[in-house]
Amino acid sequence: MSDPVLLTADAVERVYRLGRDIEVPALRGVSFAVDRGEYVAIVGSSGSGKSTLLNLLGVLDRPTSGQVRYDGRDVREMGDTDLAALRNRRIGFVFQSFHLLPRLTAVDNVALPLIYRPGTPRSRRDAAVRALTQVGLADRLEHRPTELSGGQQQRVAIARALVTDPALILADEPTGNLDSVTGLDIMTLLEQLQSERGTALVVITHEHQIAQRAQRTIELRDGLVVSEAPA
Amino acid sequence: MSPREAVRVALQALAANRLRSALTTLGVLIGVMSVVLLVAIGQGARSEITSAIEGLGSNLLFVLPGDGDFGSGPTRSRFVLDDVERIDQRLPGAQRRTAGSTVGAETLQVDGERVSASVQAVTASYPDVLNRELARGQLFTESDVVTSRRTAVLGASVAEELFARQDPIGRQVSIGGVQFRVTGVLTRIGGDGSPFGPDQDRTALVPITTGQRLFGVDRLDSIFVRASSTAAVDADREVIRAALGERLDEDEFSVVSQDEIIGVVGDILAILTGVLAAIAGISLLVGGVGVSNIMLVSVSERTREIGLRKALGARTRDITAQFLLEAVALTALGGLIGLGLGIGGSHLVAAFAPVPAEVTWWSVALALGTSVAVGLVFGVLPARRAGKLDPVEALRRD
Ligand SMILES: Nc1ncnc2c1ncn2[C@@H]1O[C@H](COP(=O)(O)OP(=O)(O)OP(=O)(O)O)[C@@H](O)[C@H]1O
Ligand SMILES: [Mg+2]
Repeated sequence: MSDPVLLTADAVERVYRLGRDIEVPALRGVSFAVDRGEYVAIVGSSGSGKSTLLNLLGVLDRPTSGQVRYDGRDVREMGDTDLAALRNRRIGFVFQSFHLLPRLTAVDNVALPLIYRPGTPRSRRDAAVRALTQVGLADRLEHRPTELSGGQQQRVAIARALVTDPALILADEPTGNLDSVTGLDIMTLLEQLQSERGTALVVITHEHQIAQRAQRTIELRDGLVVSEAPA
Repeated sequence: MSPREAVRVALQALAANRLRSALTTLGVLIGVMSVVLLVAIGQGARSEITSAIEGLGSNLLFVLPGDGDFGSGPTRSRFVLDDVERIDQRLPGAQRRTAGSTVGAETLQVDGERVSASVQAVTASYPDVLNRELARGQLFTESDVVTSRRTAVLGASVAEELFARQDPIGRQVSIGGVQFRVTGVLTRIGGDGSPFGPDQDRTALVPITTGQRLFGVDRLDSIFVRASSTAAVDADREVIRAALGERLDEDEFSVVSQDEIIGVVGDILAILTGVLAAIAGISLLVGGVGVSNIMLVSVSERTREIGLRKALGARTRDITAQFLLEAVALTALGGLIGLGLGIGGSHLVAAFAPVPAEVTWWSVALALGTSVAVGLVFGVLPARRAGKLDPVEALRRD
């Protein structure tokens, strides 16, 4: 744990192939590092490759070339089981469209990542209740997503991301579907986790207001990092 | 993911779509139900026929025309009444152990009542050799046979239908237009007219000579010999062969034991039962295709869920197992309900229809095993498709 670096992206390229011979280079050689507990904002115009980058950092996808390293380990050398374990133990995702399972209650949604690791139903539920309490939804445990407001749904999603006690939370436009006041609440909640629990936070955002609050901002344009500035 | 958790997740997913799950499982349900029911009926028929043959008493030998190959066509009998005597004289012991019969279908008539029955022209030894008892009255004697007396012993059903509650003994009955005097009534055998054999009680016995004249034949259809013990069956068979061999060629008659007949009947019914089970099995397969189909729909509907689960740490294997379990849960559920209905149906059939039905443990095991196997086989394709989904693509879907 002495190494402050959590993950590195090294000359990462990602080329999408459309059909036989159309190639879309979404990332064209991106390099940067994220330290443990750091708060980084990724900005850039639409289509600049932000989501592509986040998927690579979340090991949902592998780079066409270049390296993504977690704790010094190259992601490309990991198999399906290792990658799944990495996502389950080290990474929490927060999506723009929440991605809650509609037929599950808030508690069950939050407990979802825990079923992919050892533990009893009891311990899972306890952990989920703690996480929901932490995001201020202790009184909404048995509500289904359709019975919650957008802001509340995103809080459930954040609880689901933090219930595994990850080293990193990746958020792709977490406020994109929310009004500005609610969006600010959500950002405050994420930042609170980052500062209180020491969880690294990487947030994609369109809003300058939000980007300014990060410790560092990385700006992408056409698949390249054009500026990397401490806020 | 722990197996327990996996089962819970699978059942939850099925419960979320109750009607669809129920309809999907219907094919397997019907398949299993038909397997259990049809096999039960086949098995019931088999034991009924077996017990009917066994009811003739043990250690019986049948002398039949032809070479005894069930595959060859019917052969004209060349047995005559003298053959019965010839065999009996060679067999050890003083008791009559040989009987002969020839059978014809005739209409029996008393006043206005008419009944058609199988009229068996038999030797006087017939009831002893074939274990048939008289409920009342008596059988004709050997001298009745010699003099071709027109006397008859009626089967229980025939007596009841012709004479209702009156005493038939001593009454006249017309058989094929000839008047006979009733001297006795046979004990009821029961099993009233199952589809698997003629009603044993819808019959009349007449002296063999009288019957031959009535039917216009001078042959016997078959000869029956009761061996003195199981151990004597083979020895007696040789005696019969030797006795008949003096007069007939080897391929003009055959001697088969009761066990051999039961064996052949059992084989035929086993094949029949197998064919029925196979036909029912086809509906299981069709049910499996339905399961596969619905699971594919389910995978495509839940693409986002699959992407999410992968993002949260599910391995390819976890996703595949989840969908495979769902498919198996569907078919196993259908199998269990089908089994219940099949067993219930068998009891109903046995209780209310003239068809016997016996549920066998192997059809139950087969049906349940097959339904689980169908789930596995037909679940594999959708489950693998689910497992292989790319999480990024899957999450983007809406
Ligand atoms: N699956 C894909 N197949 C082909 N091209 C893709 C695919 N995903 C993304 N792209 C392309 O890659 C580029 C970057 O896409 P990406 O989604 O990373 O942009 P973004 O910065 O997240 O945009 P936005 O702010 O609109 O979400 C775009 O030009 C896009 O068209
Ligand atoms: Mg994006």
